[in-house]
Amino acid sequence: MNRETQAAGTDSIVIELRGVCKRFTRPTAEPFPVLVDIDLTLREGEIVGLLGRSGSGKSTLLRIAGGLLSPTSGEVRYRNAPLFSPSEGIAVVFQTFALYPWLTVLQNVELGLDALGLPSAEVRRRANAAIDLIGLDGFQSAFPRELSGGMRQRVGFARAIVSEPVLLLMDEPFSALDVLTAETLRTDFLDLWTEHQLPTRSVLLVTHNIEEAALMCDRVVVLGSNPGHLVAEIPVSLSRPRNRMDAGFQTIVSEIYSVLTTRMSAAVQAQARVHGGLALHLPNVSVHEISGLLEALAEPPHQGTAELGKLAASFALEINHLLPVAAALHLLEFAELTGDSIKLTAAGRVFVQSGTEDRKRLFREHLLTFVPFAAHILQILAERDDHQAPRERFELELEDHLNASDAEETLRVVISWGRYAEVFTYDDSARSFAIPPAR
Amino acid sequence: MPHALGVRLQRIGNAPRLADLAAVILLLALMITFGMAARQMVLPFSLGHAPPIRLAPSALPMYTLRSVARMLIALLASLLFTFTYATWAAKSRRAEMVLIPLLDALQSVPVLGYLSFTVLFFLSLFQGSALGPELASIFAIFTAQAWNMAFSFYQSLRTIPVDLDEASRSLRATGWQRFWRLEVPFAMPGLLWNTMMSMSGSWFFVVASEAIAVGSTQVALPGVGSYVARAIEERNLGAIGWAILAMSIAIVLYDQLLFRPLVAWIEKFRVEQSAAQTAPRSWVLDLLSRSRWIQRLRVPLQSALARVARARLALPEWRLARPKSELSRRFLDIAWYFGLAALTAYLVLRLAHFVRPTLSVGDLRTVALDGAITLLRVAVLIVLASLVWVPVGIAIGLKPKITELVQPIAQFLAAFPANLLFPLAVFLIVKYRLAPAIWLSPLMILGTQWYILFNVIAGASAFPTDLREAAASLRLGPLRRWFGVLLPGIFPYFVTGAITASGGAWNASIVSEAVSWGETHLSTAGLGAYIAEQTAAGDFARITLGVAMMSALVVVMNRALWRPLYALAERRTRLD
Repeated sequence: MNRETQAAGTDSIVIELRGVCKRFTRPTAEPFPVLVDIDLTLREGEIVGLLGRSGSGKSTLLRIAGGLLSPTSGEVRYRNAPLFSPSEGIAVVFQTFALYPWLTVLQNVELGLDALGLPSAEVRRRANAAIDLIGLDGFQSAFPRELSGGMRQRVGFARAIVSEPVLLLMDEPFSALDVLTAETLRTDFLDLWTEHQLPTRSVLLVTHNIEEAALMCDRVVVLGSNPGHLVAEIPVSLSRPRNRMDAGFQTIVSEIYSVLTTRMSAAVQAQARVHGGLALHLPNVSVHEISGLLEALAEPPHQGTAELGKLAASFALEINHLLPVAAALHLLEFAELTGDSIKLTAAGRVFVQSGTEDRKRLFREHLLTFVPFAAHILQILAERDDHQAPRERFELELEDHLNASDAEETLRVVISWGRYAEVFTYDDSARSFAIPPAR
Repeated sequence: MPHALGVRLQRIGNAPRLADLAAVILLLALMITFGMAARQMVLPFSLGHAPPIRLAPSALPMYTLRSVARMLIALLASLLFTFTYATWAAKSRRAEMVLIPLLDALQSVPVLGYLSFTVLFFLSLFQGSALGPELASIFAIFTAQAWNMAFSFYQSLRTIPVDLDEASRSLRATGWQRFWRLEVPFAMPGLLWNTMMSMSGSWFFVVASEAIAVGSTQVALPGVGSYVARAIEERNLGAIGWAILAMSIAIVLYDQLLFRPLVAWIEKFRVEQSAAQTAPRSWVLDLLSRSRWIQRLRVPLQSALARVARARLALPEWRLARPKSELSRRFLDIAWYFGLAALTAYLVLRLAHFVRPTLSVGDLRTVALDGAITLLRVAVLIVLASLVWVPVGIAIGLKPKITELVQPIAQFLAAFPANLLFPLAVFLIVKYRLAPAIWLSPLMILGTQWYILFNVIAGASAFPTDLREAAASLRLGPLRRWFGVLLPGIFPYFVTGAITASGGAWNASIVSEAVSWGETHLSTAGLGAYIAEQTAAGDFARITLGVAMMSALVVVMNRALWRPLYALAERRTRLD
C-alpha cells in the first residue's frame, strides 16, 4: 500500500504540536530558550524525520512529544486530547538503549507492559511475541551486558513496541551503533513497517544522519539552532524499498545538504553578529582535523572545491563527522560553504602551503579576527595587570548566550585552538588563562 | 518461556544431592541461631540484677552470637533509614535543604558521643526490660553505619542516568515500581560497598557499646564487649585471648555468609555494560545456586517478589509535576526558609540554656587545648601509617599472587575491633613502664591503619599495565618510578583510605586515650580522654562541649584537607 496517498483528514492526526516553546532556566535563574514556536503534525501512516545539528533542540522536541517534558508555552495534542505526561499509546526508543542492566532481556521487555496492569501470563505471551518479532528469540534470559550494541537496541525496540503503541518516538536509535549494524537494524525495521507487522501508526525519528532521514522518512523536518526553530520541510516521496544509488535518492540527499549548509553559514554569520560574537558556538574540531581537511581539499582530485557528499565518501567518513570540520573551516574563513559544496579561500591555500610557524601565525590571525570569543579572552588578559584570568569568568559569560554543554564545548575548543595558535595558555590545575610569557 | 521452566522442574527430580543438604543445613543453622539470640533480648531485666558475665570460654559462643545479632539488627535499621531518609532527601528539594546538611553533621559526631546521650533515654523508655540497654547498644551501632549508607544511596539517586530515568517515566512506572525497579538496583553496588565499610567499622562499636557506664548507671549486656570488660576488671589475659578468637571467627563468618554472596550476586547491577574481567565469586552463592531444593524455593519466591515490585502502587508518586505558579512557589520557599531559621534559633537558645549554668570560658579553653592535642595525634599517626603502609601496599599490589593472599587479611584487620587488643597494650605499657602520652597514641590507629593498606593495595593492583610497561621501557630510575609514576597513580585510592582511617582514629580516641587494666588506669591528655572522663562522671554539659568540639574538628579537617585532596585526585587522574 502506498502510505503517502492516505487521506489527510483530522481523524488521521496522531499528534499535533502547536506553537510549542521550551525555555530552560539556568542556575542564574534567567531563562534560556531551546525551542521557539514549533508547529508539527504527525498523521497516520507516516515516518517523519527530525533533522538538525546538536543543539537544535530536536531531542527536546521529541521528549515534549512523548510527554517527558512539558512545553513552556504552546500545546501538545495526542489523538485530539491534550498531553501532559507519558501516555498509553506512545513509546520511546532511546539513543543509548536505556536498558536496565539488572534485568534480563525478557524482564526488560515486560517492563513495557507494567503500566497496563495485565495478568502475568498475558504479559509473558506478549513480551515473547515482541521478542520474536524483533528477532531476539532465544535471548530471553540474557542480560544486556552479554549482548552486542545492535542486539541491545533490538531489546529497546521490543520494549517499545510490546505495548502496541500508536506513536513511536525514536531518538537517534541507530547512532550509537556501527555502520553495518545500524544498516541491518534500519532495514529490519522498515520491513516490519512496510509489511504492516507493527501496530504503530506513526513514527517520529530524530536523527543527524542525512542519508538515514532520506532512507526512512516520508517527510524530513529541518530544525535550525540557537534556539531551535523550524527551517524547512522536505517531502520524500520515493517508493520503498529505497536505494542509495538511485538518482532520486541522491537528489533528495543533496537537497537536504544544501538546506543544512546554507543554514549553517547563515547561522555562523548571525551568531557572530549578536552579543559581540559570544553566542558563536564553536564546533568540536581539533586543529589537526582542520589542517587535514584543508590539505585534502587542496590536493587532486578536488583542487580547492568539492561536494560535501563526495568528499565524505572519499574518506569513507560519515557526513555527520565531516560537517563540523567544514563548519570550522567556514567559520575561520579558510574555506567557504555554498549549497552542498565547499571551496578553499585564498587564506586556506596559503595555510596549506606554509610551514609550521607560518601556519600558526595565519591561524592566530584568523582566530582573533573571526572568533570574537578568542579575541575577547586575549583582550581581557591584556587589560589585567598580572595577565591572568580565571576560567570561570569566561564560562559564565558564555553561558549567558549558549546552553551549558555548548558553552563547555566552545570553551574547550577555544582553549585547544588558542593553545595551538599560542594566543594564550591555559593551566587546568589553576583553571586560569594567561598570556604566554614571550611570543 | 513457561515451557522451558516446566521442563527444567521435571528434570530436577527428587533425589537430594550433597549441595542440597549443605545448603539447607546452612540456612536452618542461621535461622535457629538468630532466633535464639533474638528471644533473649526481650527477657525481663533490671539494672544491677543482670546475670553476671561469665569468663568461661564455654560462655563465649553465646555472647558472640548476641553481639553478632545486635550487628544484624542495627544493619537492618540502617537499611530502613537509608531507604526512607535518603529517598526523601533526593525527591524533595525543600527536605534536601535540611536533611543533607543534617546528615553531614550527624556523620561528624563521634559514634561513642551518641552513646553517652542515648543510653539513659533508652533505659527510661523500656524500664525493666532488657530491650532498653539492647536498643541503646543497637542505636550506637546504627550511628556507626547509617550515615554513609544514606549518603551513598542519596548520591546514587541523584546520579541516575538520564536515559534510564526517561525510560522509566515513558513506561509510566509508578513511584513504587520506579523505586524497586530502577532506583534500588541502580544504587545497589555503591550501597553494598558502603554497607561493608560500615560493618567493618562498627565491630569496634559493638564491643565498645555493650559495657556502658554513664555516671552512676552501669550496664553490661551479654556480649563479647562485656566479656572483655569483665576480663579487664579481673586482669584475665587468657579470657581476652578467647574473646579475640571468638570475634575473629564471627567476622570471618559474617564475611563469608553474608557479604561474599552479596558481592558476587550484585555484579549484575552494575551499569557499566561490559563484562568484568574477574567476577567476584562466593562459595555460599555457588552452593545455593547449585542446590535444586533452594532453586525450587527460589522460583516462587522470586516471582512473588517481582509481583510486589511490579504492583502499581501509586501512593508516593513523583511524576512530572504540573508547573505550579511561580509566585506561590516563591512564597512557599520563603515560608520554608523562615520556618527553618526560627527552628534553628530556638534550638540554639535551648542548647545555650542547657549548657550555660555549668560551663565557663575555662572549660572552652580546656576543650580547645585537648582538641589540639588529639588533632596533632591523629595527624602524626596518619602520616606515620602512610609512610609505612603506602610503600608496602604498592609493593604488594603490584604482585597479583601476593595481593590475592594479603588483601583479605588487610580487610579482616580493618574490620577487627582493635579495642579487644587494648588490654594487651596496657599490660605491656605497665610492665615496661612506658610513657602513656606516647604509647597510648598508636592505639587510635591500630584498627584503622589497615584502610590505608588495603586501599593502596587495591590502587596498585588496578594500576594500568601499559603505564607500568611504559615506565619499564623508559628505564626510569627507582626515584622517578615511585614519585613520577606509582605514587600519583595510587593517589586517589590513598586519599580514600586515609579519609576512612582518620575518621576512625577520631572515633577511637574516646576509648584509646583512657584505658584500664584491672585497677590500673592509664590516660593521657586529649579530647577523647576528656569525653570519656565526662561520660564516666555523667556531666552532660561537658560531654556536649567535648562532642561538639570533636565534631567541629572533624568537619574542619574534612573541608580543609580531605575534600580538596579528593577533588584534586579526581581531576588529576582523568584523561578526558
